[in-house]
Amino acid sequence: MSNFVSSSIGKKFFMSITGFFLMMFLLVHLSINLLLIFDDSGELFNMGAHFMGTNPLIRIVEPILAIGFILHMAYAVYLTWQNMKARPVDYKQVNQKEASTWASRNMFVLGLLITSFLVLHIMNFYWKLKIEKSVGLVMVSGAEMHDAYTLVAGLFKSSLAYDLVYIFGAIVLGIHLTHGFWSAFQTMGWSGNLWRKRIEFVGNVFAIIIAIGFSIIPLYFIIRF
Amino acid sequence: MSEKILKEIKVRVWKQKNSTAKGKFETYTVHNISTDTSFLEMLDILNMQLVEEGKEPIVFDHDCREGICGTCSLFINGRAHGPDDDITTCQLHMRKFKDGETITVEPFRVGAFPVIKDLMVDRTAFEKILQAGGFVSVNTGGIPDGNAIPISYDDAEAAMDAASCIGCGACVATCKNSSAMLFVSAKVSHLARLPQGKIEASRRAKAMVAKMDELGFGNCSNTGACEVECPKGISIANIATLNREYLMAKIKD
Ligand code: HEM
Ligand code: SF4
Ligand code: FES
Repeated sequence: MSNFVSSSIGKKFFMSITGFFLMMFLLVHLSINLLLIFDDSGELFNMGAHFMGTNPLIRIVEPILAIGFILHMAYAVYLTWQNMKARPVDYKQVNQKEASTWASRNMFVLGLLITSFLVLHIMNFYWKLKIEKSVGLVMVSGAEMHDAYTLVAGLFKSSLAYDLVYIFGAIVLGIHLTHGFWSAFQTMGWSGNLWRKRIEFVGNVFAIIIAIGFSIIPLYFIIRF
Repeated sequence: MSEKILKEIKVRVWKQKNSTAKGKFETYTVHNISTDTSFLEMLDILNMQLVEEGKEPIVFDHDCREGICGTCSLFINGRAHGPDDDITTCQLHMRKFKDGETITVEPFRVGAFPVIKDLMVDRTAFEKILQAGGFVSVNTGGIPDGNAIPISYDDAEAAMDAASCIGCGACVATCKNSSAMLFVSAKVSHLARLPQGKIEASRRAKAMVAKMDELGFGNCSNTGACEVECPKGISIANIATLNREYLMAKIKD
C-alpha cells in the first residue's frame, strides 16, 4: 500500500477520486444556490441553507469535503513540483498549441486561481455564518434560522466588483473542468478510443453547466436590482 | 510535389560538449538545399561544410533513416520530430520549411535522458523500464502458428497497434511533465492483450511503473500531447489500459 500512495498512478488516483468528489459537491452546491434566484423573498434559499447546515448526513460530509479539497490541493502541488523537476533544462522554443488544450497545460494555474477564490468565498459567507456568527436570524415556516439569503443577496446587490469576481471564479472553475472531468475518468482507466469522445462531450457540457450555473446568480442580481 | 531550392537556411543548433558541460546555441548557414532533401541529410550537408571549415561537426542520433528504429530524435522548431505529423525526424523533409527561415534544433530535454553531446541524448532509461517487465518469460519452444493462437481479431489488432512503438522517446520529450506513460502503456497493453503476455500482466504493470517512477520521469496529467507527436500514432487509450491494469493489480495485492 505504501508504494501505491507514492507511485505516480497512485497519486493520480487520489487526484481523480478527490476530483470526482469535488464535482459531486459542486452539483449539490449549485442546486441549492439556484434557489437564490427562484424566490426573491429568500425563504426557499434560507430553508435550503438551513437544511444543509443542520442535516446530520451533510454534517458528516462537510469535514470529508474539507479533506477532499486539502488532498486535491496537496497532491496538485506535489505532482506539479515533481513534474517540473523531471525537466531540469527547459526548451527554448515550445510549440504545443496543436498538441494539447490550454486548460490541460494550465491545470495548476487554474487551481491556484480557484484556491484564491475559495479563500475569498469562505470569508464572504461561511466565516460570517459559522465562525463569526454575525448573521441575523429569521423565522421561516415556524422554524428559526440564519438569514443566509440577506447575507448573499446583500453582497451581490451592493457590489458589482464582487459580482464580477464570482462570475470570474465560475468561469475559471468551468475551464478547470473542461480538462478535469474527462481526465478523472482516464486516470481511473475508464476510457478508450470510443468512450473518450463521449466522456469529453459530457465533460464539456458539465463544465458549461457549472460555469453558467454559478454565473447566473450574480448576473441575476446585477440585472434585477 | 515539385522540387524547389531553398537558397539559404539558418540552423540554430544546441551545442554541448558533454553531459556536464553548459551548452549554448550556435547558428550556422547552409545554402542551396533541395526541398526533397531530408532534414538529417541537410544536417549531413552542414556537417560536411563544418568539417571542410575545420570545425567540429554537430553530433546527432540516427540509424535506419526509414522511420523504424527509433534512434533519431531532435526537437525542431518547438516540436518533437519536427513540424509534421506521424513521422520520425529521419522522415522529415526540407519542404516543410521556408526559404530564409531560421530553424531551431534542440535535444530532447528530459531529466531521465541526459545529453551525451550536442543533440544526442542517452535513452538507456527506456531499456531499464523494458528490463523491469516489458517481456514474456517464455524461454523454450518453436515459433507458434499464428492461426493457432486463441485471440480475437480486435485484440490482435489493438496489440499490434501498441506493438508498433519504436521507443523513440518523442512522447516524453513533448510531454510538459516528461512523463513516460505512453511508452510504458504501449508495452503493457500490447502484452496484456496477448495470451502469452496475459499471465504476467499484473507483475509487469507494477514493475514497469515502479521503474519509470524511480528513473525520475514525471506524472501523466492526460494532456494528450504525446499521442499527437508520436510517430507511430500510439493512442492514449493505452494509458487508460495501463491505469486499469495497474489499479487492478494493486487491488489484488
Ligand atoms: C471545486 C473545485 C475543484 C474541482 C471540482 C476539481 C476537479 C478536478 C478534476 C476532476 C481533476 C482531474 C483529476 C485527474 O486528472 O485524474 C483535477 C485536476 C487537477 N486539479 Fe482540480 N479541482 C478543483 C479545485 C482545484 C484546486 C483548488 C486546485 C489547487 C491547486 C486544483 C489543482 C488541480 C491540478 C493541478 C490538477 C491536475 C493534476 C494532474 O492531472 O496531475 N484543483 N481537478
Ligand atoms: S509511444 Fe510513440 S513517441 Fe513514445 S516512444 Fe513509442 S513510438 Fe516513440
Ligand atoms: S533513424 Fe531510425 S527511425 Fe529515424
